[in-house]
Amino acid sequence: MSSAGTVSSLVFDAYIFALACFLGFIVISKVPSILHTPLMSATNAIHGIVYVGAIYLAAGSHGWISDLIAACAVALGAGNVVGGFVVTDRILAMFRRPPGNETAKGGVSHD
Amino acid sequence: MTSDQTFAAYLATSVLFVYGMMRLRSPLTARGGNLIAAAGMIVAIATVAINNHANNGVLIIIATVVGAIAGVAGARRVRMTAMPQMVALFNGMGGGAAALVAAGTLIQQLPVHTTLAHTAPTLFDTGATSWAAVSVIIGSISFSGSLIAFAKLQELMHSRPVTFPYQHTVNAALFIAAAILAVVFLFIHALGLLLAAIALVALALGVLMVIPIGGGDMPVVISLLNSCTGVAAAATGFDLLNPALIVAGTLVGASGTILTIVMCKAMNRSLFNVVFGAFGTVVTTPGAAPAGAGQVVKSTTPEDVATSLAYGHLVIIVPGYGLAVARAQQEVREIACLLEQRGVTVKFAIHPVAGRMPGHMNVLLAEANVPYDQLFEMEAINGEFAHADVALVVGANDVTNPAARTDPSSDIYGMPILNVDQAGTIVVLKRSMNPGFAGIDNPLFYNPKCSMLFGDARDSLLKIITALKEV
Repeated sequence: MSSAGTVSSLVFDAYIFALACFLGFIVISKVPSILHTPLMSATNAIHGIVYVGAIYLAAGSHGWISDLIAACAVALGAGNVVGGFVVTDRILAMFRRPPGNETAKGGVSHD
Repeated sequence: MTSDQTFAAYLATSVLFVYGMMRLRSPLTARGGNLIAAAGMIVAIATVAINNHANNGVLIIIATVVGAIAGVAGARRVRMTAMPQMVALFNGMGGGAAALVAAGTLIQQLPVHTTLAHTAPTLFDTGATSWAAVSVIIGSISFSGSLIAFAKLQELMHSRPVTFPYQHTVNAALFIAAAILAVVFLFIHALGLLLAAIALVALALGVLMVIPIGGGDMPVVISLLNSCTGVAAAATGFDLLNPALIVAGTLVGASGTILTIVMCKAMNRSLFNVVFGAFGTVVTTPGAAPAGAGQVVKSTTPEDVATSLAYGHLVIIVPGYGLAVARAQQEVREIACLLEQRGVTVKFAIHPVAGRMPGHMNVLLAEANVPYDQLFEMEAINGEFAHADVALVVGANDVTNPAARTDPSSDIYGMPILNVDQAGTIVVLKRSMNPGFAGIDNPLFYNPKCSMLFGDARDSLLKIITALKEV
């Protein structure tokens, strides 16, 4: 692996990181406070993406220490992902449309 | 899959995550948004599974099944009041996984035969290794900190702040120690023990950072730890050069940061003050108790409350965490229904820090079938108290305290509050005259317009319901 090629790949990732920061701030600041708990719970599930890293680690693992670490990482990551999405769905299922109102109004801002 | 296909799949994941989160802006679309984000996760998992199916498949499947069963069991059983601890627990799992992945990649890179020839890392090694070290440190802090937050919220340990002498010095020393060990690790990239030492120092730091934080500051801490896990996931992404981890981790880091700022503003406190202030330790402020001693508190009966509610035009209900503790959400909704049937307009005023995590009170009321168009944020409702005939305060205290507006010597001076004192009459349901979490006297209770209905919130509400049906 040539050192020049990989450095540019790190810079490229930094590029993604910087843009994702702004995107995150913009997307999240539009979420009304009524939905802050499901928002937090959904983002909680999304950081379960480390599960993908854990699989990658486990697939390249050799030796029992490495296997043990990888297995723990996979189990924790899987619990985070699955539990996070399931619990968010449970919370959001409770937010019912007000009776007789086709559109949301009141405390929920749409801007 | 080719490298191009893999990156295209991760791009799809990132787009689905962002689009899913955009749909969280309205309760109408939020549930679908969550499913879209979950679809993004499935794309990413399928990609890594296709690319790495050859090795350790059995280990991966067993570990996944164990983790997934635990996750689903917790997610389906948890009560909505216990949601903050559940989120803390999942957050700790994510932080722990990020730290372990980073540690695992470092261990795999360690030379099998330690010789000095191996101690000069290339530029690539240093870059990836630094990110891995960052992930180990932040992930470990997030893991142990979340477990402490879980223990406090679950009341496995006292929720009051735990302090000891030189606490800040010790924390600062630990942080510097972790950083120095990490830098040493970059240059002597050979010692597994050094890596373990970094993780242990970071774990201790996580514990020590959360134990001095009091129960009422938990919304801030949970947001902050969520943000930390996001950053740890992003750092792991840099370590593995995986764009899906970088994008997802960064989004979560940004979102946690925003929520942390929102929560701090709602309490008029700086993040520094929350993390290092140990708020709530000085509960017995001299002079605080005598301040209200000579003043008279008016108490009332459920029948009188029912009458004033029934003949009002606008009633604003102010629910606090005490409502959830008394499990009285259903009763509050029933009162709102009875009043609406009589033509009274009912609105719920929800302070940003009502509950134990951001937005918690909205979830608890939604669970009791209160339609979300009756739930109002502080900014949206504060102007309406002046037109309200009755403000009914159930289990809330500090967020209604007018001292925050008027008394510069008060500990909560400057905190945005609900302007309950502007309502025509005020009824406060309260167990006793004990001060709230912050230990601060509330002048609202001595306001001539205010009357108190003492007792368990649920009992009091049930009595009001009975009386309302007879009015």
